[in-house]
Amino acid sequence: MELVLAAAIGVLVGSGVWLILRPRTYQVIIGLSLISYGVNLFIFSMGLGKPMLGLPPILEKGEAGALGIHADPLPQALVLTAIVIGFAMTALFLVVLLAARGLTGTDHVDGRESGS
Amino acid sequence: MSGFLAHLPVLPILVPLAGAAIMLFFDERRRRLKARINVATTIVLALASLALLVETAADPNTAQVYRLGDWPAPFAIVLVADPLASLMVMLTSLLALASLTFSLARWHRSGAHFHSLFQILLMGLNGSFLTGDLFNLFVFFEIMLAASFGLLLHGSGAPRIRASLQYIAINLAASSLFLLGVSLIYGVTGTLNMADLSLRMAMVAPGDRTLLEAGAALLSVSFLVKAGMWPLCFWLPQAYSVASAPVAAIFVITSKVGIAVILRLSLLIFGQEASFGSEVLLAGGLATIAFGAIGVLASQAMGRIASFSVLVSSGTLLAAIGFSSPAVTAGALFYLVSSTLTICAFFLLIELVERGREPGADVFAVTAEAYGLDEPDEEEVLHESEEVGVAIPATIAFLGIGFFACALLIAGLPPLSGFVAKVAMLTAVLNPAGFGAESANAPVGVWGWSFVALLILSGLATLLAMLRTGIRIFWVPNEGSMVQRVRVIEYAPVVGLLALCVAMTAAGEPVMSFMRAAATAVHAPDAYVRGVLPDGSPAVPDGENENGVEAIQ
Repeated sequence: MELVLAAAIGVLVGSGVWLILRPRTYQVIIGLSLISYGVNLFIFSMGLGKPMLGLPPILEKGEAGALGIHADPLPQALVLTAIVIGFAMTALFLVVLLAARGLTGTDHVDGRESGS
Repeated sequence: MSGFLAHLPVLPILVPLAGAAIMLFFDERRRRLKARINVATTIVLALASLALLVETAADPNTAQVYRLGDWPAPFAIVLVADPLASLMVMLTSLLALASLTFSLARWHRSGAHFHSLFQILLMGLNGSFLTGDLFNLFVFFEIMLAASFGLLLHGSGAPRIRASLQYIAINLAASSLFLLGVSLIYGVTGTLNMADLSLRMAMVAPGDRTLLEAGAALLSVSFLVKAGMWPLCFWLPQAYSVASAPVAAIFVITSKVGIAVILRLSLLIFGQEASFGSEVLLAGGLATIAFGAIGVLASQAMGRIASFSVLVSSGTLLAAIGFSSPAVTAGALFYLVSSTLTICAFFLLIELVERGREPGADVFAVTAEAYGLDEPDEEEVLHESEEVGVAIPATIAFLGIGFFACALLIAGLPPLSGFVAKVAMLTAVLNPAGFGAESANAPVGVWGWSFVALLILSGLATLLAMLRTGIRIFWVPNEGSMVQRVRVIEYAPVVGLLALCVAMTAAGEPVMSFMRAAATAVHAPDAYVRGVLPDGSPAVPDGENENGVEAIQ
């Protein structure tokens, strides 16, 4: 479980970093999205206790909370916020990307082809 | 505290939010109405900030804590108004008033939703200064960034779009680092409340300490990108010099957010003795000063001189924080206020000066000089001699005086506040006990001397660059068409900002004593922690529960 999670985060962020270093704006936006997926998984794995499947993050009535039988709800709240913000930022970036393509006539991040 | 005053710390966030929300109801054809709402909101914000500042200045040793929804502290979000926070909020409102007034002359017409974005930016800025919760800081940071993306694009055009693309990309990458840092810190300590974090530092197991430091380092990188520490600063001159004038002016404070947060968090989390990473800040700050000074010298356009001055200012502040001594921090806070006001005024002034000139005129002038192109032929000399005795137009005289004042302030020459700030920092570095007092045998060291040298050299570099530009602009034969009409609401903000710097010089001692109180409060965060958590940290649950986890597995 931990190995799979770690590998998934590593692959996502690694691919993302490679992509944001590429010269095309579309590659950059995909790279940023992959990084944010990796980061979201990472936040999950940082909950108190160990990451486990199938545990409820909320209490039943009259029940005392304990990390062995409940998932830590805080990282879930954080991930939710991070997803919303990341989504908004990606949408905004897409608009700017299209505007840049329209105004400069190229999808290079510098607004001109390298070497020209 | 009366009922209304108790809600004072939340006002700098609520007022801009309400203003922005109201303005969204009107479309762009009602621009005059929107402008009125925006001005009214900003004035209310400035009054609220002033009240907050007065309140905290009266008693700098107790932080005012505002519990949102009145939930108990470590589990819910708190806002904390200590002297540093209220100082930064006040500075934000002053800059907002100036750049808003300036934009009303013409800039607010050149794009949609300028007024709403402006207020949202203010909300994000004030929230980042006031919040006492790490994740809430992230949220306000993102609000500020989203608004700044929109504002940077204000006025449109290919250069702005190109600069925004890079600005957005680097800020989104930095936000990811921010999240990684926050979640690492949460994973180790189990809290996101800054005051609680400060208390739980002592309980962190030695094995986890490295993880926590990695988290803090990741977090700082994202702030340092915003503050523009070398080598994370290459986006900054590009973005700031293409932004429209009022936007560039308000952006001067966004680069100070990173600095204020680093100052607060490093002292809150790692304490004064074992300051983690202060040498990195010091070295990075010195490198930033050097890079900024070289950039200022190499710049031809005035917008780039101002942008590189932002870097010099950031570098100076980061290096001063790196000394982690209350006396140096007090001087640095004075410098922060003075340099922010000055560079903001300079950005506004640049637009007024450049208005009558062809784009790229500076670049051409420097190139022409390099190739010996503008040696006057005899006809021109004759022509110039006829002009001797022509009265200088009032506008150009005003612009010249403003430019001269900006040059003095940015370079840190007497008699204005830039000089006072530099003297305050340098005396504190050379002798922490105070100028003339018996030194407590603390050698100044390599770092101290390099700071002194770089600070003075960067002042010299700025002075040279400003002189060169000033001569090129104001001492050329006047061709009549150069100066266009400048309206009162355009030069009033510049005069206001520069007058504030003069006032800071005149009232140096009271201002400095407030800065000292603020620095002391930041360096001894007990009051901050006690204000947020009067009963100390709540029982840490992980000990027994982690065993529980093991047992189940």
